Amino acid sequence: MQALTNRAKVVDRKPMTFIERLYLWNILKGMFITFSHIFKKRPTINYPEKKRPFSPVFRGLHVLNRDEEGRERCTACGLCALACPAEAITMEAAERKIGEEHLYREEKYAARYEVNMLRCIFCGLCEEACPKDAVYLSETPAPPNFTRESFIYKKEDLLIPDPTKEPEAFKKAKGLS
Amino acid sequence: MSEQLIKVTIDNITLEVPAGTTILNAARMVGGEVAPPAMCYYSKLEGSGGKCRTCLVEVSKGSEKDPRPMPKLVASCRTTVMEGMEVKNITSEKVIDARNGVVEMLLINHPLDCPVCDQAGECDLQDLSYGHGKAGTRYEFPRRTFDRHDLGPYIQLHMTRCILCYRCVYVADQLTGKREHGVLDRGDHSQIATYIERSLENDFIGNVIDVCPVGALTDRTFRFKNRVWFLKPMNAHRDCPKCSGRVTLWNRGEEVYRVTARKDQWGEIENDENGKTGWICNECRFEKKQTSDWVIEGPRDISRQSVISQNHYLKVEEPQNVLPEVMGGRNPKLLMDIHDVSDVNKPEIHLSEIQGPATSQTFEDNSNINPQ
Repeated sequence: MQALTNRAKVVDRKPMTFIERLYLWNILKGMFITFSHIFKKRPTINYPEKKRPFSPVFRGLHVLNRDEEGRERCTACGLCALACPAEAITMEAAERKIGEEHLYREEKYAARYEVNMLRCIFCGLCEEACPKDAVYLSETPAPPNFTRESFIYKKEDLLIPDPTKEPEAFKKAKGLS
Repeated sequence: MSEQLIKVTIDNITLEVPAGTTILNAARMVGGEVAPPAMCYYSKLEGSGGKCRTCLVEVSKGSEKDPRPMPKLVASCRTTVMEGMEVKNITSEKVIDARNGVVEMLLINHPLDCPVCDQAGECDLQDLSYGHGKAGTRYEFPRRTFDRHDLGPYIQLHMTRCILCYRCVYVADQLTGKREHGVLDRGDHSQIATYIERSLENDFIGNVIDVCPVGALTDRTFRFKNRVWFLKPMNAHRDCPKCSGRVTLWNRGEEVYRVTARKDQWGEIENDENGKTGWICNECRFEKKQTSDWVIEGPRDISRQSVISQNHYLKVEEPQNVLPEVMGGRNPKLLMDIHDVSDVNKPEIHLSEIQGPATSQTFEDNSNINPQ
């Protein structure tokens, strides 16, 4: 058959000469590539002594935010759960009673709020959907664990520390200190 | 006279309608985008309409005999068609502009608490403001506020969200058979008040929830229980001595969270098989919260544009489960049952059965929730 392009090479099936059979030149060529890596920049780091910086848009574990008075911002509107493509978020709402105004920002709040980190794909659509600035993805990657149960994050695990009661912990969680 | 058909052109679409039809109803015959939005007009309620001004249209030609255009935009729900009339709705810049203004006006005192409001997802005002509203407000004064009010054990009144469409007043008037005026005071202070509370004894007063275009009147038995888009609407019926008994159930799993009348594409209550409006009684609406009370007809058809149909997978064919076959008849071992870990949606707890909204007490003490 006539070649369609001029890129095809005819395979040379001639028997190798003695010099070629010694492979000296080819071994030298190969070793040159190997040793040249000594002078190149190392692609690895000594984890965990050294850690790489995260990208500024890194998305890690969820955080449920509070306002400056320490009240929970979440109103259990369900938009995060609606936006979630992995259906990882579930919640149950409750009505704020009289006397609970210092705990919850609005009339309605999330009595229970759970994120299933086994399902979560950390896409960040929940924080985009949130109309109350309540849910954020932090810079903490989800820690590994041996049990599946530990990947169900409840409201207590997600809530940011109260800025009025634990200002230090709050600052740390915000990454300010 | 009623058999006489007259020709009318709406947005360059010509159709023949019976004499005496309003422009709005003629436009609804065309359907789709051509039908102007209506917040106060309700075809099932006599005398409704003419208050919200969202259905304004431009009449570019009055009639065949008098072809002059009408000087101002007219409320299409109150203006009847004339022979040869030409109407511009979405084809008119003026109408779109006026409608944007009306929406801005309606939203002046609206609290915009959609994340809290139970009507969110099926709210006419929400749809309207997404279509026509501005992102910001030009209003600099504190908004008009009222305390929320319990109208009996079943109905919650949030006067702050009210747009004064008078639909509930007409319902109270026309279904209860008493002359009741529900709106007290004037202008900025006008509010739906005690008169409507007085007629709460009536068996059909729950229908004010369905006619309310905003979240001002909501179901207390459903309050904060769930969001409408997480529920599955199902057509169902039961033999009710008082009403037609044809309803939409809003289920989640086996639980009935809410019962409403069936609404058509204009958000109005559908007619039953006898051609009467399918108002439903309070017993059907508030007290029959068991699936066993109802005969389920099938899933309700919800517009694909609605948030309610979001994440509802219809006509799903489950793939054949080959695992037991491959594993010699054994089912795969379940490594974690989510209900063992999760506190949300416990199968033994029926949130839909507690009276009124859940509070912190409900969640502290599970004995308040009927175990089943």
